[in-house]
Amino acid sequence: MSDITNVVMPKWGLSMTTGRVTEWLVEEGEEVSAGDDLLEIDTDKIAGALESPAGGVLRRQIAELDEPVPVGATIALLAPAEVPEEEIDQAAKAAREQLEAGAVEESAGPEIGKVTVDGREIAYARMGSEGEHIVLVHGYGGDKNSWLFVQEPLSSSYLVDAIDLPGHGESTKDVGDGSLDVLAQAVTGYLAERGIERAHLVGHSLGGAVAIAAAAAAPAQVASLTLIAPAGVGPDINADYLRGFAQAQSRRELQPHLTALFADPSLATRQLADDLMKYKRLDGVDASLNALLATLLDGDRAGIEVAPLLSSTRVPVRVVWGEADAVVPISNAEGLADRADVTRVPDAGHMAHMEQPSAVVRAVTSAVEATPAQQPA
Amino acid sequence: MARMISYREAINEALALEMRRDPSVIVMGEDNAGGASAGSPGEEDAWGGVLGVTKGLYGEFPDRVLDTPISESAFIGAAVGAATAGLRPVAELMFIDFMGVCFDQIFNQAAKFRYMFGGKAVTPVVIRTMYGAGLRAAAQHSQVLYPLFTHIPGLKVVVPSNPYEAKGLLIQAIRDDDPVIFCEHKALYDMQGDVPEGAYVIPFGEANVVRDGDDVTIVALGRMVSYASEAAEELAGTGVDAEIIDPRTTSPLDTETIIESVERTGRLVVVDESNPRCSVARDISAIVAEEAFGALKAPIQVVTAPHTPVPFSDVLEDLYIPSTQDIVNAVKTATDWKR
Amino acid sequence: MTATATVRTQEGLSADKLRDAYRMMRTIREFEERLHTEFATGEIPGFVHLYAGEEASATGVCTHLDERDTIASTHRGHGHCIAKGVDVKGMMAEIYGKATGTCHGKGGSMHIADLAKGMLGANGIVGGGPPLICGTALAAKIQGTGGVSVAFFGDGASNQGTTLEAMNLASVWNLPAIFVAENNGYAESTASTWSVAADDIADRASGFGMPGVIVDGFDFFAVHEAAGEAIARARAGGGPTLIEVKFTRYFGHFEGDQQTYRADEVARAREELDCLKRFRARVTETGELSADDLDAIDAEIGQLVEESVVEAKAAPLPTEADLLTDVYINY
Repeated sequence: MSDITNVVMPKWGLSMTTGRVTEWLVEEGEEVSAGDDLLEIDTDKIAGALESPAGGVLRRQIAELDEPVPVGATIALLAPAEVPEEEIDQAAKAAREQLEAGAVEESAGPEIGKVTVDGREIAYARMGSEGEHIVLVHGYGGDKNSWLFVQEPLSSSYLVDAIDLPGHGESTKDVGDGSLDVLAQAVTGYLAERGIERAHLVGHSLGGAVAIAAAAAAPAQVASLTLIAPAGVGPDINADYLRGFAQAQSRRELQPHLTALFADPSLATRQLADDLMKYKRLDGVDASLNALLATLLDGDRAGIEVAPLLSSTRVPVRVVWGEADAVVPISNAEGLADRADVTRVPDAGHMAHMEQPSAVVRAVTSAVEATPAQQPA
Repeated sequence: MARMISYREAINEALALEMRRDPSVIVMGEDNAGGASAGSPGEEDAWGGVLGVTKGLYGEFPDRVLDTPISESAFIGAAVGAATAGLRPVAELMFIDFMGVCFDQIFNQAAKFRYMFGGKAVTPVVIRTMYGAGLRAAAQHSQVLYPLFTHIPGLKVVVPSNPYEAKGLLIQAIRDDDPVIFCEHKALYDMQGDVPEGAYVIPFGEANVVRDGDDVTIVALGRMVSYASEAAEELAGTGVDAEIIDPRTTSPLDTETIIESVERTGRLVVVDESNPRCSVARDISAIVAEEAFGALKAPIQVVTAPHTPVPFSDVLEDLYIPSTQDIVNAVKTATDWKR
Repeated sequence: MTATATVRTQEGLSADKLRDAYRMMRTIREFEERLHTEFATGEIPGFVHLYAGEEASATGVCTHLDERDTIASTHRGHGHCIAKGVDVKGMMAEIYGKATGTCHGKGGSMHIADLAKGMLGANGIVGGGPPLICGTALAAKIQGTGGVSVAFFGDGASNQGTTLEAMNLASVWNLPAIFVAENNGYAESTASTWSVAADDIADRASGFGMPGVIVDGFDFFAVHEAAGEAIARARAGGGPTLIEVKFTRYFGHFEGDQQTYRADEVARAREELDCLKRFRARVTETGELSADDLDAIDAEIGQLVEESVVEAKAAPLPTEADLLTDVYINY
């Protein structure tokens, strides 16, 4: 039995309770390696491919196409070819019964909480139980749930916190003067408040600039940087998108702008627009988005310049950039080559961590592994 | 998020947040404080409205939560008058059925001021009222009368379907400068839902697409939204993919979202717990027939209560209220229809 | 002279105040008499209800009021509007249905309102106003402005549930509210001696825990004194008062009413009781104001009303675009 690996419905985001298999990418009997895409999953939020947790042969497809499957329930069975068919049948029967009975124990889920930094509440979601600390910092208008495809796989090896920056998610909506310093202090203050001596920072877009600023300001606290389409390393930025996002007052106004986020425009779903409007309609969000917009933009160019800060850091740096990024275009990556290991991702737009999460997971892992062990005090 | 609170708590929280934010917001109604504020010898804040929706507000805002005599004409009128004089009153008309004794103050006064006075009046009054069948409360405490208010120019009419919607729509109602009738389904008060702690607004006139689908558009209001969702799950098992639209407000009405959906699905089922004649269901049907006739692949189906008063006896009331099965059947009629 | 002057001072009415009061009553009278004539030409749409004969009521009450205070009126509302300071030319244009009217031609005679002046509207619904002024009084109380609110209503509305409920609520909430029952003897064509079951409307006050007083509605000074006492009490937190003002209206229920339901009591009232005549007699007798003073006001008002009619007739009508505006602030 121990040779059989149960492939289970992942928990992509805090609110996900069920998902559906919409397409099998691997047929029964086919051999796969760990990290290969096994199947396509659709949740009420987003669709994505599930990577194989191990190598072996896909022995059984347990879930039916389009059947609602609770998080943690078995979708498929992987095992080496030599595991006898009877054993697989037995495991498949048990899995199927469990699924039909709905008797899936709710996975523990992330630890959710808030800490107070500079008088602001900072919300976080922690996954994983051991290993190096990783902190995920979202971009403009995003929140900790945007890491849904990245946080879970990383949490099998690391202790991974996704946080909401001030003005975002469930954190306090006040952003002070909206400067990068306020946001960077929120990150370093978060580490201090949580008793994290040193963390690997992963930042997307504005969050990338925040991570760089945090690393420059508090080098002892930051072990490595993984930057996904970071803002402010070059001058190019899609000012129309940012303004459109900030100004949209309805789903109808917002939705057209969201297609700029993805290489595959079908990912800009009505549900995504609804969720973003839910956020934008919280009291205080308008003001914070406008304050941050003033930081992000100088006319139609980037209003922040973090390349010099990045040069001043000494930590390993990995950069992941979607080739189809229409918000912070990949042209900004020129000039980073001497400071960072840049991965250009085809078939990804600005949200590379949603469209090609495995590339981001690999980059983070690489950054962590490249970090020299901390000297004992 | 993931903070579950009830529809009742969501409404209470919206009131508390707005009263904290804006000192011009006041709350009034029968038993709204209920207790010492009205001179009773018992607990200070005994009731908080007949179903406890305003419970706790009097303790925090003793000068701005007012009990009233059972004089709906007087206090609904007073709320309207106070709204013209700089306050933002939220008056509770306990049961929507009681509009019969105070309708003049709503539809001849509040609704007309702005137009009749040449655009000079601002009347930001909210009238919260509970509606709907299901509590064995019979003919005078169970009606679904939002169509009557929807008919009146000058009023805005809100029909929230869950706790998240109730909070955001009520905050919008309080901040809105026009008179708003806020219709709370009494069978939803204990419904739990995920609601952010802070204040947020849901704008009027923007329908919520509750579920995406390509085969049929179900427009449902208030309590009927959950019924439609149940029906859609059942239909999904038979290969019918239903889109569900919750208009949230019947006035203004987001016809654009409804028509766009019908143009894609070609079929429309409207679910409205009110009586059928001159109902919101028939109004939406007529609008779609006028504006998207060419897109229709089947006759529009309407699921409503029958043209009767609400009966008392369990068995009769259960028959009276549109059911999930009624919705499934209506969808099947639409999808099976052949020219 | 000195002794008389002392009496006047005690009543709080300087010569200027007396002039203002006379001007107010004269404006109402001139406005209504002129409308009576103009309506007969057929140029005024709809129907109008004239306040002539009742001027001392609106004037006696409203001379105590200022910008903190709000009144609600009735279908017979021109007098209350003028007394609360609504622009006479705007009113005339409104009655002619013109774009320059107080309500841009959308309200008409029965719905003239000017909230900036504390005039919450003439009201086409009998008994519509009393609940509303409970609200404005509540707002004044909560906001601590010291403002009072006044509902004018007729003997007809004194039998409406809304009026009775509002009086009860005003007492229960201890509101700075004044209820002025203008008993002109007829609700439309029905005599108040028949429709009001009590001897006097004022008798009802005790049932709602408030003082009730009866005053001679042809006597400005009587109304002024009673209203002054009630308003001062309300401003001081002493709660509401019901004042019944008794008089006769000079014209029919509406213009065109042949008034076959009543004997010719109007001629006698005009001759013997008229508020303007009595006011003139009293102030000239005491020497407080001269006949010239009053004649000058008559001339001034004659001119104002003449201009208001000329301008209203010449004013533009609303346009098609106006049909759809101002239903909502946003929709």
